Amino acid sequence: MVTGGWRRTLARLVLALVVGLGWAAGAKAAETTLLNVSYDPTRELYVAINKAFAAKWQAATGDTVRINQSHGGSGKQARAVIDGLEADVVTLALAYDIDAIAESGLIAANWQQRLPNNSTPFTSTVVFLVRKDNPRHIHDWGDLVQPGIQVITPNPKTSGGARWNYLAAWGYALTANHGDEAAARDFVTRLYGNVPVLDSGARGATITFAQRGIGDVLLAWENDAFLARQALGPDLEIIYPSVSILAEPPVAVVDRVVDHHNTRKVAEAYLNFLYTPEAQTIAAENFHRPRLPEVAAKYKDRFPALKLFTIDEVFGGWSVAQKKHFADGGVFDQIFRPHP
Amino acid sequence: MPIKATAPVAGRPMLRDPPWVRWSLIGLALGFLGLFVVLPLVTVFAQALHSGFGPYFDALAEPDALSAIRLTLLVAAIAVPVNLVFGVSAAWAISKFEFRGKSLLITLIDLPFSVSPVIAGMVYVLLFGLHGWFGPWLRAHDLQVVFALPGLVLATMFVTFPFVARELIPLMQEQGVEEEEAAVSLGARGWQIFWRVTLPNIRWGLLYGILLCNARAMGEFGAVSVVSGHIRGLTNTMPLHVEILYNEYNFVGAFAVASLLALLALVTLVAKSVVEWRWGDSLAGTRH
Repeated sequence: MVTGGWRRTLARLVLALVVGLGWAAGAKAAETTLLNVSYDPTRELYVAINKAFAAKWQAATGDTVRINQSHGGSGKQARAVIDGLEADVVTLALAYDIDAIAESGLIAANWQQRLPNNSTPFTSTVVFLVRKDNPRHIHDWGDLVQPGIQVITPNPKTSGGARWNYLAAWGYALTANHGDEAAARDFVTRLYGNVPVLDSGARGATITFAQRGIGDVLLAWENDAFLARQALGPDLEIIYPSVSILAEPPVAVVDRVVDHHNTRKVAEAYLNFLYTPEAQTIAAENFHRPRLPEVAAKYKDRFPALKLFTIDEVFGGWSVAQKKHFADGGVFDQIFRPHP
Repeated sequence: MPIKATAPVAGRPMLRDPPWVRWSLIGLALGFLGLFVVLPLVTVFAQALHSGFGPYFDALAEPDALSAIRLTLLVAAIAVPVNLVFGVSAAWAISKFEFRGKSLLITLIDLPFSVSPVIAGMVYVLLFGLHGWFGPWLRAHDLQVVFALPGLVLATMFVTFPFVARELIPLMQEQGVEEEEAAVSLGARGWQIFWRVTLPNIRWGLLYGILLCNARAMGEFGAVSVVSGHIRGLTNTMPLHVEILYNEYNFVGAFAVASLLALLALVTLVAKSVVEWRWGDSLAGTRH
């Protein structure tokens, strides 16, 4: 009858719930784990590096190590670590984001001196991604400010990659105008006037351009441009401008977390591993520019030589650039007007 | 009173509308449904099966996908029963007792409907994050709330707690307290009244509320995105995993997991329809 029916239904519902709960709770493993909190375009890179490191660590010590990955916009990831996401190591898009974590007391202030090359094991740069056969004839930064060209780049407020893009454009304009700040500002203003939409992260912008087909040119990390072409087919072309910025995404052990987890030894070994020929080769295979000269020499055909300037040379370092350009009320806020 | 289909009555002006009005209205409604509901749903499955069944099942059997499915079920399995207890208690208190602040309580229950889920997630980060109110205490006791399972459960509970209560309150208010009073006069005690009188009266509304609550708990994105930390294989629920796969250019994987989510929603809907169809009469008797 009806009354019995609903009781049975309820009983079945409870049973299904308990079974589901049992299955769901049974998913635990016992091994040393590290959490690497990273930025957007490094997913594929760290999948490969983690595998190589785990094998090496096991061969050396007999212990198994599992490295968990978390990816997102660099600034957002830094914020999560400050708020308590227990990262043993951070591998972010720019030094300023790790400085922010250091400021909250989780990482020692001298973090950037603890590893070689300013704690940046590999580098990248900003390149252009255009549609097949380059129909709008985009060859250098100057072509981006032509009327009617749509430029896709993410929001520098939230994306590390976007800040490198912005600074690369500014640096180009300074070079082209013999260091004239006002001319650089005018150039960047016109460039962002050609931006129809600001995604919050580098990957989002790449998807907007490549998958959704919006825009004539994408400003992208070199590695992300290669990956997009590899994943989304030959309808895209990479264009190298005459000059660009040397993007240095740094790495650091999060002191408070590794001391708490008792994982300092393996975390430091993990970051040191990034500087070995093995990891440098993996980086090159994943389209990051290796620092080690012998690996760089081996892959010199893959990474065309172009004039690269550093943020220290042109902008006096990240904290100065951040304060001037990207802080609330900074230059970016003054020049960018969202389209109505 | 049970709702019965009314036979067309001659002489009612609205039924003399010319056929083209009727057909164009029906066509408009169906077209709208097709465009905004059916088409996207079909797209999800078409994209998922784009490369055939092999890659589809491979994508679902991938360890990170399995762990996302597990986590989603686990979160729902905790959040839904808790909200069930809360919802019944709240609806009971509101419909059977008179007390000061009752309308305030009703307003508060509706709050998660009006607050953006992202805000809900942020609130938990502000409360339980490292620099939040309870952060230092949690850390001293080695407890992790945000960026771990408890945070995901809390955020999901916040977003889904009105569903059961909202379904029950009007129903129980309509029914009043007469039957319970009669039971008391016949000597029944608290739990007896609940199991024998109240629960049978509200069972359909309750089931409906649970189904809706469960659907939302499994599908929630915004609030859990803020408190997840996005650790692959650990704190990614299914909706978050879909986003990650999509951003990795893994469109088959993304749509495979999305199709599973859609399937779970469809099962919920079918369950609801079966309940209505099989026990429609008693449902009509208790639902308004």
